[in-house]
Amino acid sequence: MKPIRMLARSIRDAFKSVIRNFSLSLASISCITITLIIVAVAIIASFNVQNFTKEIEKDLTIVVFLEQEATSSDIKDVETEIKQMDNVDTYSFQSKQDVKKQMQQESEVFNTVLSNWEDDESPLKDTYQVKVKDVTKIGKTADQIKEIENVSVVRYGEGMVEKLVSAFDSIQKVTYGIVIALILVTIFLIVNTIKLTISARKREISIMRLVGASNFTIKTPFIVEGMILGALGSVVPILITLFGYTAFYTHFNGYLFSQLIQLIKPEPFIYSTSLIILVIGIIVGTVGSASAVKKYLKI
Amino acid sequence: MDLIRIKNVEKKYKNGVTAIYDLSLDIEKGSFSFVIGGSGSGKSTLIKMLYREEKPTKGQIIVGGLDVAKLKNKKVYKLRRKLGIVFQDYRLLPKLTVYENVAFALEVIGAKKDEIRVKVLKALEDVGLKNKIHNYPDQLSGGEQQRVAIARAIVNDPKLLLCDEPTGNLDPDMSMEIMKVLEDINNNRGTTIIMATHDRDIVNTMKKQVITLKEGRLVSFKKKGTYYNEAD
Repeated sequence: MKPIRMLARSIRDAFKSVIRNFSLSLASISCITITLIIVAVAIIASFNVQNFTKEIEKDLTIVVFLEQEATSSDIKDVETEIKQMDNVDTYSFQSKQDVKKQMQQESEVFNTVLSNWEDDESPLKDTYQVKVKDVTKIGKTADQIKEIENVSVVRYGEGMVEKLVSAFDSIQKVTYGIVIALILVTIFLIVNTIKLTISARKREISIMRLVGASNFTIKTPFIVEGMILGALGSVVPILITLFGYTAFYTHFNGYLFSQLIQLIKPEPFIYSTSLIILVIGIIVGTVGSASAVKKYLKI
Repeated sequence: MDLIRIKNVEKKYKNGVTAIYDLSLDIEKGSFSFVIGGSGSGKSTLIKMLYREEKPTKGQIIVGGLDVAKLKNKKVYKLRRKLGIVFQDYRLLPKLTVYENVAFALEVIGAKKDEIRVKVLKALEDVGLKNKIHNYPDQLSGGEQQRVAIARAIVNDPKLLLCDEPTGNLDPDMSMEIMKVLEDINNNRGTTIIMATHDRDIVNTMKKQVITLKEGRLVSFKKKGTYYNEAD
């Protein structure tokens, strides 16, 4: 079969060329390697930021304090109203008695003070703890809950939460930006390195064109070569991801600086990240060589 | 039958120089023509337009049924497979042997290995180099290198062979050797040959069709011509 024969020839030629032009191949490979290491670090950082943002967001809770004199049917009414809200994910109820018990357990002082109060003179209030689906709308949901009858006070850490959410949001955007910028820089470097390899073979390309090779036939070995260079260039970054991140994780016992910042468990995270790096390497190599060879295919 | 039809062709380069003015010409299948003229006469431009290294600014060029001026860049290979081209500087690949250089032309168009072998050996036999197939280009004389280039040009049995000053780098003896090879190809394979040259002796000895250009215009087109003095 002609197409298969041509493809086999392209792949054979690509491998030959990687070996024959070893010094230039090495230049391309190390250039891909260095940038992919930075890309790998940026990817790991951005996934970790995303992860602990989610962890913190999961802990964000709206506490709904009900009126002192709310009856059990009032409490039920509030529940139905909360249930109906779009942004409400889960909620739980804590009665005055539950709060009292909890506080008594927490400290001796509370215990003695609280024991003197009868249930009907307790200053404590029944509460609902509400978790929301979208933290960016937490303020709005809190306001809505406040409107409900028999709700006295709503607390969710106003001000602090909004700042935290917007800070995480911008950290994420910045890391994405860095990853994209690095990929573009790599492509640019690859285009230039591969251009060197190709310009060394200008003569061969011009003869191929003269004897009637189609552009596709001329292009394919170079593109396959780019793919090979990209794949080879991602080997070291992948090793760094696999062993480096695991070592990092074990060294810090899974937490960075404090218990607040939890790192992602290495498995299967390192495998998916390695795959992403391999794919980026191959894409970068392919795009780079395709755009480098284009110049030589005009008349 | 005409293999090449050139109709009212004008070629103006981007730098403003006009190389060819209103040229019309038909070239018969199986013929052998010289294109002569001094420097700047447009003979190289004419050859380049025939294999679409250059596009005409105006007019029409038909080569073997293909409208060259309208041919898209992507489709140029279709034209190139119908013709062979030989240059003054041979343009061989230095790292390939004689056999590999000739086979290269068939490999890149996806021919089968057995077919390649038969055709390459036949072409090398036609140019008289069958005993040097394993040599590298730098182990050959200029005339031998040019014969390898000719073998590469004819290996795909093209209808047309274009030669741009093929004897320009060779001494008179070697030049006549090359002319003998070209004449044999013309006679035995029936390949149409167009050769640009400014070698007066070759043109006068061969007694073939002569197209004379001067400053981009056709001066004469003679069936059995000699070197026309106007060309100087």
